[in-house]
Amino acid sequence: MNSDERRTRKRDRTPKTYTRLTHPLVRDSRDEPFRRASWEEALNRAAEGLARNRDAFGMFSCARATNEMNYVAQKFARVVMGTNNVDSCNRTCHAPSVAGLSAAFGSGGGTSSYEEIEHTDVIVMWGSNARFAHPIFFQHVLKGIRNGARMYAVDPRRTSTAEWAESWLGLNVGTDIPMAHAIGREIIHAGLANEAFIERATSGFEEYKALVEPWTLSLAEKVTGVPAAAIRELAHAYARAERAQLCWTLGITEHHNGTDNVRALINLSLLTGHVGRYGSGLQPLRGQNNVQGGGDMGAIPNRLPGFQDILDPDTRLKFESAWDTVIQPHYGLNLTEMFEAMEESSLKAVYCIGENPAQSEADSEQAVRRMRQLDFLVVQDIFLTKTARLADVVLPATAGWAETDGTTTNSERRVQRVRRAVTPPGEAREDIDIICELAARLGHDWKYADAEAVWNELRSVSPDHYGMTYERLAEHQGIQWPCPSTEQLEPTYLHGRLWAKDPAERGVPAPFGIVQHDPPVDLTDEEYPIRLTTGRRLDSYNTGVQSGSFASPLRRGEFVELCPEDAERFGVVVGEEVQVTSRRGSVVAPVWVDTALRPGLAFMTMHFPDEVDTNQLTIEANCPIAGTAEFKASAIRIEKLPVATIVR
Amino acid sequence: MTVVPLGIPRRLLEFTIDGEPVRGAEGSTILDACRAAGKDIPTLCEGDTLRPKNACRVCVVEVEGSRTLVPACSRKAEPGMEVRTDTERARHSRKIVLELLASSVDLSTTPQVAGWIKEYEAKPDRFGPDAARLNEEPKVDNELYVRDYDKCILCYKCVDACGDQWQNSFAISVAGRGFDARIAVEHDAPLTDSACVYCGNCIEVCPTGALSFKSEFDMRAAGTWDESAQTETTTVCAYCGVGCNLTLHVQDNEIVKVTSPHDNPVTHGNLCIKGRFGYQHVQNRD
Repeated sequence: MNSDERRTRKRDRTPKTYTRLTHPLVRDSRDEPFRRASWEEALNRAAEGLARNRDAFGMFSCARATNEMNYVAQKFARVVMGTNNVDSCNRTCHAPSVAGLSAAFGSGGGTSSYEEIEHTDVIVMWGSNARFAHPIFFQHVLKGIRNGARMYAVDPRRTSTAEWAESWLGLNVGTDIPMAHAIGREIIHAGLANEAFIERATSGFEEYKALVEPWTLSLAEKVTGVPAAAIRELAHAYARAERAQLCWTLGITEHHNGTDNVRALINLSLLTGHVGRYGSGLQPLRGQNNVQGGGDMGAIPNRLPGFQDILDPDTRLKFESAWDTVIQPHYGLNLTEMFEAMEESSLKAVYCIGENPAQSEADSEQAVRRMRQLDFLVVQDIFLTKTARLADVVLPATAGWAETDGTTTNSERRVQRVRRAVTPPGEAREDIDIICELAARLGHDWKYADAEAVWNELRSVSPDHYGMTYERLAEHQGIQWPCPSTEQLEPTYLHGRLWAKDPAERGVPAPFGIVQHDPPVDLTDEEYPIRLTTGRRLDSYNTGVQSGSFASPLRRGEFVELCPEDAERFGVVVGEEVQVTSRRGSVVAPVWVDTALRPGLAFMTMHFPDEVDTNQLTIEANCPIAGTAEFKASAIRIEKLPVATIVR
Repeated sequence: MTVVPLGIPRRLLEFTIDGEPVRGAEGSTILDACRAAGKDIPTLCEGDTLRPKNACRVCVVEVEGSRTLVPACSRKAEPGMEVRTDTERARHSRKIVLELLASSVDLSTTPQVAGWIKEYEAKPDRFGPDAARLNEEPKVDNELYVRDYDKCILCYKCVDACGDQWQNSFAISVAGRGFDARIAVEHDAPLTDSACVYCGNCIEVCPTGALSFKSEFDMRAAGTWDESAQTETTTVCAYCGVGCNLTLHVQDNEIVKVTSPHDNPVTHGNLCIKGRFGYQHVQNRD
């Protein structure tokens, strides 16, 4: 097991910094080192590698790049390669939110806007440490609290978000559905359900009522570990509020049943009518600058640009005539399935743009092994990441947010302009240019004068974006979708239709999600007694490639965080290195003691994978609907060093 | 169902500024009306994203019927009010304020102040070289911020931005009383031992450069800081999904400072540590 890669015991606190790629790199075989190549040679090699695997191709698009790049990338997959196998790292975070919201409302976006949370009465932050992970969103929450809103925090950890809460509900990891169902049952039994709304705008209520009936407050207390009185208080506060906002982040989605978790939360909004009105809504907070936009642009295996369903023949026809191509009438593979297909060798070539799955995927060692099996891997990035080091061809790109023009879409569905401020280094080229060069070599001559030309093509095929010209985006400091008209703006919230008097206007009723509790896959037992959960810190980001380069006074590297009781039980102190072992792997990390944790609960991040590769511990147990892995719940044990017996 | 709150309709108030009739929305300040009318009133402690603090008194104007001069930045407009911005008394008061501040504080990095000193013929030197100054070295205790209290006019904007008006971190406060009052973190400790989360939102509002980015401080010290050679481009942050707008200040193809538009609906001029400082990775070009 990668002993060659295991780092020496002496720890270097300065994170690994990456230098920009300035020229293309190629190699003839994976055993050789890279050599510098001309663009011509690199592009030709990439085109050859892709051409010989036309029927076994997957595209990893980039949730960090612009909408325009994502549009061109998915078009490349669908038109040039003839496949719907296109996805991005949204799979590892918020795909369940999109799946859950679109199952309930037919649209995958958060339903309200940041400003509305300043004017609401009750805020529920569920599985979200927004104070750290989304600090500027949290300023809007704080405005709301200052305006009199009551905030409830539902999180296994007593986070810095929870410090602002009326009440902290510290549930056991993976018991979100029991908690939500108990809240739902309490609302029904207390007579606080919005019956008129349920009657007019929802379906499946009777089934839902029967589903939650067993989840009494006392049973929920037993399962979640949260006192019944606290659950009851939250239920009553949420149901009685004139307006309420329900926000969640990866604490809900990064589970093997993430989509079910999302559905369980949406049920509460349907029960109380807290959706489709100003100040009442559902707000999943996106983890990356353009996770929302990547999906909107069709860089997902089941949707065409504008979040239009591939299975709809009229939609396909529209795109087929616009692109002069034939679109496969079935869903493609998502990121998780593409990795599984690599295992079976039914996926043999990958074009990976700006992603680092070698470090971001759960059970990262398995991900690396699978990518090594590929016949051909081309990586397009601004750094030689760990993923790029596995490639046959590496193409140097520009940084989307500072070196290119375009747009990105944020968590409140606001499309905003990204502008070029600095000149990219060396021979680095813009993503769209590179994709078009490859398309040309594979027989498709696309001409885009600039990003705006791409955007205007997207506008012509996506009704939700039609009204957003670059000029208007600048004028309004961003516009939220849907925006079908160039003349007017839509309300800041979605699904107002659910409140319409006219049943025709109300449209399809929103169905309650009939979802069952399913505890985390990785069970704790005597051998692995500690529940490990993961998250973000304030000053760091994802695999640290981007955030490791500035001198943050807050940065202290990776630790395994334990509660004081557990630290005492294991006889370890702050800074002492311990061995952390899960059923998949083992890492050495120093201890940090955090009073926000509870006995049996440990916390780590994935910010310093070159130092401590946390994702060697996490489990690749995936949500069957959205394909997101259960990063939030692994079973581990902590051992003092040196470990007496070597465990396999 | 609830609808979008429009608030109580705001009346337009009619009053005069320097004898000319103006109209302003109910609740707006004299300063708002002056700016709308194209009158240049100097301001220091006024912050467009903060509630008025009334600390510096450099924006005073005369209002008919008012015994004292009134601060334009906080005084609400009233119907029939007669405002005079350019009287001898108002000009004299601004001149004294500028003289007192400029003699006791280093205003070398305060935008526009040199022009006002000239316009009001202020003579800070008249208090002689012994005028009370702090005479402290800038505090450089971390890689992101510099605190130079020689430049601090005690306007409290940073306290408000760090406190309940925006950031709610409460790392910055006023220590000491009377002449000893100064802006400090708890127990006047180094920033690294404080509750500071390095969002830089205090620097965003500091009017004098007492709080500055270390990147700017170092370049000024080296004599390479050149605002005339800088471009400002507004883009979107590359970290989380909130979508904060960043204005990148670029000199010689290097990002040297990051701010955010104060009227932006997402940020209102505020950022977090990643948005404000996490740009170095794009310019690690060997």
